[in-house]
Amino acid sequence: MSSAWITTRAWLLMLPLLIVMIAIVGWPMVDTVRLSFTDTRLVGTSGEYVGLANYAKLLTGNAFLGALRTTAVFAVFSVAAEMTLGVLAALLLDQQFRGRSFVRALMILPWALPTVVNAMLWRLIYNPEYGALNSLLTQLGILSEYRSWLGEPGTALWAIVAADCWKNFPLVALIALAALQAVPRDIKAAAVVDGAGAFARFRFVLWPYLAGPLTIALVLRTIEAFKVFDIIWVMTRGGPVNSTRTLSILVYQEAFSFQRAGSGASLALIVTLIVTVFAGFYIALMRRSGSRA
Amino acid sequence: MERRSLAASSLVYGAAIVMSAVILAPLVWLFLMSISSATDLSAQPLHWWPETLDLSRYGTLVSLVSNSAGEAFLGSLRNSLFVSGLATLGAILVAVPSAWAVSRTPQVQWSLFAVIATYMLPPVSLAVPLYMGLAHFGLLNTIVGLALVYLTILAPFATWLLKTGFDTIPQEIESAAMIDGARLDQTMRLVTLPLAKPIVATTALFAFLLAWDEFFYALLFTADQRAKTVTVAIADLAGGRVSDYGLIATGGILAALPPVLIGLVMQRAVISGLTTGGVKG
Repeated sequence: MSSAWITTRAWLLMLPLLIVMIAIVGWPMVDTVRLSFTDTRLVGTSGEYVGLANYAKLLTGNAFLGALRTTAVFAVFSVAAEMTLGVLAALLLDQQFRGRSFVRALMILPWALPTVVNAMLWRLIYNPEYGALNSLLTQLGILSEYRSWLGEPGTALWAIVAADCWKNFPLVALIALAALQAVPRDIKAAAVVDGAGAFARFRFVLWPYLAGPLTIALVLRTIEAFKVFDIIWVMTRGGPVNSTRTLSILVYQEAFSFQRAGSGASLALIVTLIVTVFAGFYIALMRRSGSRA
Repeated sequence: MERRSLAASSLVYGAAIVMSAVILAPLVWLFLMSISSATDLSAQPLHWWPETLDLSRYGTLVSLVSNSAGEAFLGSLRNSLFVSGLATLGAILVAVPSAWAVSRTPQVQWSLFAVIATYMLPPVSLAVPLYMGLAHFGLLNTIVGLALVYLTILAPFATWLLKTGFDTIPQEIESAAMIDGARLDQTMRLVTLPLAKPIVATTALFAFLLAWDEFFYALLFTADQRAKTVTVAIADLAGGRVSDYGLIATGGILAALPPVLIGLVMQRAVISGLTTGGVKG
């Protein structure tokens, strides 16, 4: 078979996917770019070309910068906590102990729980009058009076970070555990025999195996965190006083609540640009690790 | 196996118990809320263990009486099932030939990166044109319309996962069939696909879970019982005027049951899926 035919055959086989993707991803993407230069409303008359006005308004207004900051805080703290707890959990699960496979099976539960159910569950736990957290902390004598965890701008975002972390650290743990189990048993044992301390064993024996998968998990989790919508929408809808309004929530409000499709599109493109930078990192990482894709 | 000191052993067991508790406590509490009476749930401090068992919410939500809350909730479960099933079917149909082509043809390998980039696009970047497009074709608030939109996520995801799967099937087996005179479609039907069956099945289940979990597009593109999915129904319950927290919790249990059971049954596949990268929370 000639190589030209093989390439043509590959494209023919990819044709259905290509057609679908052009129709529902490619075209909408191009249209978002077009819309971002207009003042189109979501419903009704078509808009006028306004040049860079939408972008100018966004970059000078408080809403965008505030949402960018909130998104960055959410992403940095939730991902950092998930990575740390995930690695610690994996180190634990890499030990031999009775009930280990049971604990490992438990890690599947938060992963499998739908994001919206997780958000709803924690919203109930944080409830200001009847929530489990208030009751527990009061009964333990840590808290003297009930608080509205999601109702105060000072605590709402942190409460969401904790809820997100509970759902996602097991995912990191399972990825890290798979990496740890690839470390040959005799290397682990030899390090102990040679008298390496716990930190030295982690840094020089385990880390070389962990670094690759963890970097990939880090980039993937960061991309997900930058896109965050579901958990915030269900728990606070971006409130109180916009303290949990992330970029995706802001796009939703702008394009769908206020029906300003044009400026919503320009905002969406900025979010896309940020995510694309991270995705570029991811793809570069995968190319370097060769056929792992 | 190395022997641990007593101190190290108790540290390991202590940490394992703490971690299990952290994971289990919220889930057990969700279940307890669903079977506690309203009075137990509104006590201050809370009654952690229900004084009176109340299983009535399961009856309320799983009911076929017309115009009841149960009918609406069951309807949303049915919509989720149809939307996720349809989107998964569509994704597998377009992804199998493309994934195979990418796996076997080094010349087009680069297109996999385009597929992955597509998968990572934030949904907000497509939402406005998709909304206008669906409205134009009268597909807003329909199962077919939402399933079509879900292909934007599921098709690249399935292609990615299937490609890594096809990579594990030795090319030589296919070459042997080809040398014996089999055409491409015969090789696929008789050699590759039978070998790839578990890979396709796992990918389909993951795609289904991804669709079941989706919320953003469902919130935007559905309005009532005709297409509203269970994630939107849960958000409605949580954000609405429902004053019985037990009822909200019951909805959560019912919506979580299918993916949690699938996850536990497929434990091994989940873990290997996570390590290939594509499967996310």
